[in-house]
Amino acid sequence: MLKYNRLRYKGGELKIAEKKALKRESIIQTALQLFSKNGFHKTTIPDIANTLKMSVGNLYNYFSSKDVLAKEIIKYTSEVLGAEIRTINNMDISSEEKIYKIVEVYFTMAKERPEMIEYFLRVYLSNREVFNDGCEGMICVSGFITEIMIFFDDAVESGSLRNQDFFSAFGLFMGYLGGMVFLKGEDVLPKDIEFYVEDISRNIYHALKV
Amino acid sequence: MKKPKLLWLQSITCNGNAHSFFNHPDFFSILSHFELIHHPFIDTAHDLEEVLALSVECDILVLEGSFQEEGFLKKGIEVSKVIEHYANESKHIVTTGTCATFGGMFKQANPEKISGFAFDGEEKSKRYERYRSKLISLPGCPIHPKWLSFVLLMLAKKKKIVLDSMHRPQELYGITVHTGCTRNEYFEWKVDTKRFGLKEGCLFYEQGCQGPYTRGSCNKILWNDISSKTMAGTPCFGCTEPTFPQVAMFKTKTNMGIPAKMPLGVSKRAYLTLTGVAKSIKIKRFSEKLVDYDS
Repeated sequence: MLKYNRLRYKGGELKIAEKKALKRESIIQTALQLFSKNGFHKTTIPDIANTLKMSVGNLYNYFSSKDVLAKEIIKYTSEVLGAEIRTINNMDISSEEKIYKIVEVYFTMAKERPEMIEYFLRVYLSNREVFNDGCEGMICVSGFITEIMIFFDDAVESGSLRNQDFFSAFGLFMGYLGGMVFLKGEDVLPKDIEFYVEDISRNIYHALKV
Repeated sequence: MKKPKLLWLQSITCNGNAHSFFNHPDFFSILSHFELIHHPFIDTAHDLEEVLALSVECDILVLEGSFQEEGFLKKGIEVSKVIEHYANESKHIVTTGTCATFGGMFKQANPEKISGFAFDGEEKSKRYERYRSKLISLPGCPIHPKWLSFVLLMLAKKKKIVLDSMHRPQELYGITVHTGCTRNEYFEWKVDTKRFGLKEGCLFYEQGCQGPYTRGSCNKILWNDISSKTMAGTPCFGCTEPTFPQVAMFKTKTNMGIPAKMPLGVSKRAYLTLTGVAKSIKIKRFSEKLVDYDS
């Protein structure tokens, strides 16, 4: 009987942990949307709690401050995007095709989940004082950067991209994509962002190839 | 107790391992455990002509130098035939140095024909199966004198030497040259050294150091009991590895700034994740001189 009770107790505990993880992710996703849409400083913890229909106090049980939440969000977006690029890295296709797929994934995300990219451009890069303590350099975006590094390393090793300093290649690739998404966010692109995938991936490949 | 008979036989060699062994502080004490049949530089009971005539006996064969099946002669005799004769006769074969073990430096002269005794680079040679039961690999260019004394004394005492898949003693080659390096803090935080001979910085990122993926105990069993290459500020050349010598030994091969070869057993993804974090944190102490000679 005792054993049965223990099992039941453990089962219950697991359920609570799962529930907490789900709640945590829903806070991240809601905050991500609000921060991206209204800006970091204009969004308050009560705004996020209200949108989620939870109490401010309960939200603080998950994230001790708005800054902590902001750092967790950048880690989350970096992991999501990194996982997409990891899938591409593991494909048995040429570097040229991988560039196409990375551009496609990035622009599709900008269209379908614009908050993911907007957060990076308009919150992470624009509020450095929030991220300086704990998210220095690449700490909070390593999930994404690591996959880009692996892409470049494989491409040079296979002889398709020219060997050069990482940042000169990285700047060309991601600066270009970030710039396009920024223009999309400003609503100045005359065409749908997906229209640009082919030309942009070709431009990147030709700029970086051997 | 009868002392084991020790025969030191050379093939294509620069004599570097024999010279290195002379540096052992207990050289004569170690030799006293053996009946020295022949050694190229020591006045021994039997001269080279007797050895080449296949008229001596041996229990332990120390082989130095790369192996060539045909065309490397001493006094008109094929050395490979002499080696194979004593390899058959002996109880233990110690391939001493990277040349005898994998082919090493001399293999570069004729990669098709020159190899190690039982290995050709990373591959097993056709002699491997025949001699595997008595084979001990001791790669290094040259070997550390204490690596050889460890093996010889273990054999003299009839103790078991645990070997890895390439027959290297695990006690000596189970760790990498990186283990024990005094620059490990700089490696952890990814701080480069800017040139050779400095006390500060790690040599892995720019200067070609192969310590993190080279098997050997150079930073555990110090050279001349004092130091090592990496401690002194020059890169490890990976001289114990079957791929030695690699090209451009003073420069780290990188792909877009990322080291092409990873520390032993570490995946690139794991390495890059840690590197990205470590590089993002600036620690003041690692940007400073360890000893301020101007103060």
